[in-house]
Amino acid sequence: MSDWLWGLFQSWGWSESAFNVVMGVIKGLLVTTFLAVNALVLVLMERKVSGRIQRRPGPLRTGPRGLLQTFADAIKLLSKEDIVPSGADVAVFVLAPMVFFAAATALWIVIPFGPQTIVQDLNIGLIYISAVTGLSVLAILMAGWSSNNKWSLLGAMRSAAQLVSYEIPLVLSIVAIGMMAGSLRLSDIVAAQQGGITNWFIFPQILGFLVFFTAGLAEINRAPFDLPEAESELVAGYNTEYSGMRWAIFFLAEYANLVAFSALAATFFFGGPTGPIFPPIVWFLIKTYFFIFVAMWIRWTLPRIRVDHLMNLGWYVLIPLALINLGWTGLYVVLRG
Amino acid sequence: MVSAYTDVLIFFLVGAGFVALNLTLGRLLRPHNPYPEKLTPYECGEVPVGEGQAPFNIRYYIFALLFVVFDVEVVFLFPWAVVLRELGMYALVLMVIFLFMLVDGLVYAWKKGVLRWV
Repeated sequence: MSDWLWGLFQSWGWSESAFNVVMGVIKGLLVTTFLAVNALVLVLMERKVSGRIQRRPGPLRTGPRGLLQTFADAIKLLSKEDIVPSGADVAVFVLAPMVFFAAATALWIVIPFGPQTIVQDLNIGLIYISAVTGLSVLAILMAGWSSNNKWSLLGAMRSAAQLVSYEIPLVLSIVAIGMMAGSLRLSDIVAAQQGGITNWFIFPQILGFLVFFTAGLAEINRAPFDLPEAESELVAGYNTEYSGMRWAIFFLAEYANLVAFSALAATFFFGGPTGPIFPPIVWFLIKTYFFIFVAMWIRWTLPRIRVDHLMNLGWYVLIPLALINLGWTGLYVVLRG
Repeated sequence: MVSAYTDVLIFFLVGAGFVALNLTLGRLLRPHNPYPEKLTPYECGEVPVGEGQAPFNIRYYIFALLFVVFDVEVVFLFPWAVVLRELGMYALVLMVIFLFMLVDGLVYAWKKGVLRWV
């Protein structure tokens, strides 16, 4: 497909850099479509899973077995009035969802869909991941500050404090993965776990996985760490003033981040998108959706954590555990050679 | 190698463009009928008191400062992680000493009570 396009471009006399830009745009559109479709599926899945866990059937009325529920929701959101509160900093208010969604999209550049199927196999993949996920803090602060609303500001500040506190254990557990693979490239990390289940990083990195999963849930604002949008105390936090489609963009980006987080958990600890019989893309979806299901399961099992307990867990428990894991991984790598 | 990073830029633009497209589509469908009461910032139905950008606790800055220290430390960790296997025990001991100094700082902050939220 790519070769065919390249031939076509050569016949038009276009340069290679123009070809690369067009290919980049095509890949970008494919990834955004993938994310939008995933969000449609996940909204329904979230409601069905939460329904089943609470012993009720979930949405049933819209379409067969409620399958069209998300489409109805999307159309409703599109037709809702878009309100920018008075006194808001309009430019920042408009930019905040864009930054949030753009960062969620850009993260997908390094995520492997197959052992070699990556948009750009950057040689600094792990650093890139920690850099791009950090951008969501910026978007949340922009949204909270520009809304001219006290709930939004408090929610955004709390969110920023939570995100920076949990970013440290998250990145430390990612460093341990880099040590195990001896590379920051995600395709190398997948390659290092080939040859059967015993080569998966989960076994030497069980502590790292627990730290990664806990801190990751906090990074993507999933329950029990969904304090930034605690409806009962902060009236939805940083997105109080957002309505209609603008609000839906935040929602969409959070689901995109959930999928990315699950895909990364599978890539770092569970062999990535590889396995027997099925093609890599099927394994990618199986492993990713397994972790998405676990995240939803946790949401309906654990109550929301209190804000001071949240900070204590991050600084007193997760960071020391992540450092212990780093030392253990260092010994493991050096002694095994 | 440079072209790998043009994709990063393109992805950011495509992501922002997707948002702009959705909002433009919505403009064709949605009503537009603002009036002052509707546009007041939400404060549980009351008339807003004072400014929206209210003062907040200084403690947030302390967490931000500590975060910067650890995040810079991680920048040193990444290249070390890649070559650890070749450098062996010597590099591991050096990094443990380096980390010990940082953890020392964290323990100091802990004992001083600045990590306590309330």
